[in-house]
Amino acid sequence: MAKTSRYRCSLLSLLFVEMASAAEMPLNMTQGATDISQQVYDLHMTIFYICCAIGLVVFGAMFWAILHHRKAKGVQPAQFHESTRVEILWTAIPVFILIIMAIPATKTLIAMEDTTDAEVTVLVTGSQWKWHYKYLDYPVEYYSLLATPQKQINNKIAKGENYLLEVDRPLVIPTGKKVRFLTTSDDVIHSWWVPAFAVKKDANPGFINESWAKVNVPGVYRGQCAELCGKDHGFMPVVVVAKEPADFEAWIKEQADIQAKAKAAEQELLAMNMSMDEAMALGEKTYLGYCAACHQAGGGGLPGAFPALKGSKMATTAEGKAAHIDIVLNGKAGTAMQAFGKQLTMQEIAAVITYERNAWDNNTGDLIQAADIHAAKTGKKE
Amino acid sequence: MSTVTHDHDTAHHGEHHHHAPSGLKRWLYTTNHKDIGTLYLLFALTMFFIGGAMAMVIRAELFQPGLQLVQADFFNQMTTVHGLIMVFGAVMPAFTGLANWLIPMMIGAPDMALPRMNNWSFWILPFAFAILLASLFMEGGGPGFGWTFYAPLSTKYSGDSTALFVFSVHIMGISSIMGAINVIVTIFNLRAPGMTWMKMPLFVWTWLITAFLLIAVMPVLAGTVTMVLTDKYFGTSFFDAAGGGDPVLFQHIFWFFGHPEVYIMILPAFGIISSIVPTFARKPLFGYASMVYATSSIALLSFLVWAHHMFTTGMPVFAELFFMYCTMLIAVPTGVKVFNWVATMWKGAMTFEVPMMFALAFIVLFTIGGFSGLMLAITPADFQYHDTYFVVAHFHYVLVTGAIFSIIAAAYYWLPKWTGHMYDETLGQWHFWCSLISVNMLFFPMHFVGLAGMPRRIPDYALQFADFNAFISIGGFAFGLSQLLFVWVLVKCIKGGEKATDQVWEGAEGLEWTLSSPPPYHSFTTPPEVK
Repeated sequence: MAKTSRYRCSLLSLLFVEMASAAEMPLNMTQGATDISQQVYDLHMTIFYICCAIGLVVFGAMFWAILHHRKAKGVQPAQFHESTRVEILWTAIPVFILIIMAIPATKTLIAMEDTTDAEVTVLVTGSQWKWHYKYLDYPVEYYSLLATPQKQINNKIAKGENYLLEVDRPLVIPTGKKVRFLTTSDDVIHSWWVPAFAVKKDANPGFINESWAKVNVPGVYRGQCAELCGKDHGFMPVVVVAKEPADFEAWIKEQADIQAKAKAAEQELLAMNMSMDEAMALGEKTYLGYCAACHQAGGGGLPGAFPALKGSKMATTAEGKAAHIDIVLNGKAGTAMQAFGKQLTMQEIAAVITYERNAWDNNTGDLIQAADIHAAKTGKKE
Repeated sequence: MSTVTHDHDTAHHGEHHHHAPSGLKRWLYTTNHKDIGTLYLLFALTMFFIGGAMAMVIRAELFQPGLQLVQADFFNQMTTVHGLIMVFGAVMPAFTGLANWLIPMMIGAPDMALPRMNNWSFWILPFAFAILLASLFMEGGGPGFGWTFYAPLSTKYSGDSTALFVFSVHIMGISSIMGAINVIVTIFNLRAPGMTWMKMPLFVWTWLITAFLLIAVMPVLAGTVTMVLTDKYFGTSFFDAAGGGDPVLFQHIFWFFGHPEVYIMILPAFGIISSIVPTFARKPLFGYASMVYATSSIALLSFLVWAHHMFTTGMPVFAELFFMYCTMLIAVPTGVKVFNWVATMWKGAMTFEVPMMFALAFIVLFTIGGFSGLMLAITPADFQYHDTYFVVAHFHYVLVTGAIFSIIAAAYYWLPKWTGHMYDETLGQWHFWCSLISVNMLFFPMHFVGLAGMPRRIPDYALQFADFNAFISIGGFAFGLSQLLFVWVLVKCIKGGEKATDQVWEGAEGLEWTLSSPPPYHSFTTPPEVK
């Protein structure tokens, strides 16, 4: 492992009470990139300082007593044990301090919850374990997956700079405009969190939550799913790129064109046949990106949680073929098996099913084409 | 606070029930409050080490970034079962054990009011935890949805271990409810003549209030797990929007149980600290009556704050404000308690034996947990803290350096009374200082890691968090090892040691100190008179 020197560093830094690491990890909440996140930071610091002051007084009195009022000093214990006046005093003073805290907190909260007059709206949908972004004002939508290679996670190769905080396709939003995020989920509860925006909103299946951000500075902002959502909860980061409005307009137009073309091209691809090698190559790539998290790279699944594909009846018999295509397209209700029909292209689905029916000694020799998927899809719709 | 008119200790010294069987049967059939108290405490200690071993697995995996020792799904099972075991298997049974041992001796009773139920409420517990632990060995592993088991992760998307989880939680709940009924009936009916409500020791008061909380909320937990069971296996849709339900409803019901549960785990601790501080300050507790009122108000407020665990679920702004204000209010009675303890020490004549050291550490560290709790109450800031290591730091400060430290303090404080021997003071001091340093290495840096943005319940993390996590893990291993010292002290004290006097501590007051050390099998066969 190429990490030994870093490892030694971290042990060394332990000796020096973390001085070495202070440069790497911020020790405090981020001030963020929005006015709201700055307000939240200020609120956090205000309460923190008030707590410090109270702590100083209370612990100060306590340690004074510990130092001076000890039997070893030969003192005689006093016998006083009540005073209504004092009790009222130390009930009233904290109430007063709490009111001082509550005023700015209430103001900030009301501002944060005001989602009106948004200029751009993005529907954020969580699913195990990825995010889907759909721009409601533009014909653009896509999935955003963890981009960190499995080999880095398994310590086979050195970890990159943005380890676990990098995605294949980040969400892109304009700066200086109020962007509204609608959050929901396809399966379990997730939570969409970008610390720099002070936005953390649960994605509840069947319900839509609202939040918003008006980003001041262009840049890349990283966050993570914040609600335990199953096995790969730690592996579904959020990356948001904030661009100047003009750059954003150019980008979204380009994306809309690309997606429109891809839709048109998919119809053409239906007529094209992949060779077995092509299908297996694309299938393996797709499988590792979308399927291996549950069914495992070796197809063995996790007994009791996720079924094995290797040697399974569905993936090895001719009768299972139609059911195989159906389950990949439409998912299986009541389980973690998602409907991939809307996540992957028909070509990718054809390839991944081909891969699953031939890899790991499944050797059925079946070669599925995009046209087969199209047939299954349209057959379903009628 | 109370004095006893006549002495009746040595006459019963060493007396045993003449029908009592010996060996294993003694422990299986026992209806004696001391035997059952001992069983509860030993059970809690065992569970503390099993749950602790799981924490060691968690910390070992988090020592470095990347997945080294365990896979992500097993990591989730460890965090889940660690939480369940520590809450239901370690802290709660330990407090019930203390209640069993101490309440009859403190109120001048011979035993608990319902001894057979007492036996049952203990002996179903090992089965509950055997079922829970067995689920880890099932195909697909044990429960991995967190101890909070949010639906639909625990319904549609969980493995079949969920059924075992639900069943074991039911048994734990039945055990707790029976224990609580016993405490209430005992306190209402078996107080010695002259022991009026406002003369009861604070440990008795706090436990009485805790018992009412238990009876109020354990059935809610039972309802929650039953709804999870029927959603998963019998086609109901309480928590499934597709069938007209709501996954957030789960959280409302769970936290309506869960928040009072937090106070169930801390109110008896307040009672313990209120017993120990006056003893070693040689000065009566300051503000006894205000302590009782503060405890009651905390208990009442605990029913009005549950949704502060749910600020990010998307509540209406008025609900967020209501729960924020109520949560902030809890700081007032809690503050009163801390101020009273400090005032008790003020102008006392303090000594610093191990129970006092743990009690002092409790006051400081629990207050730090209280400060972070106050910060978490501020809804806008909570959006940033929620589900990060800041929360992990917060609840470990109140539960480990709060609840667990108070239990350890109680053990040292009453151990000479229970065993008749003094514990080894030097070893005890070593245990204290090792625990104090390591527990802060373990939990203090978690505040920073959380503020810097590390979510909780993740098996792997971004590189910026690496150094802090390595440091935290070392603190964790050290804290785990330090607790072996505690076992050593316990074993040594049970086996022998300097003979303890009846009063044990110079400043100790209360009925339990009028009994012999160790106390007679049936604590007070004739009720003492309290003036």
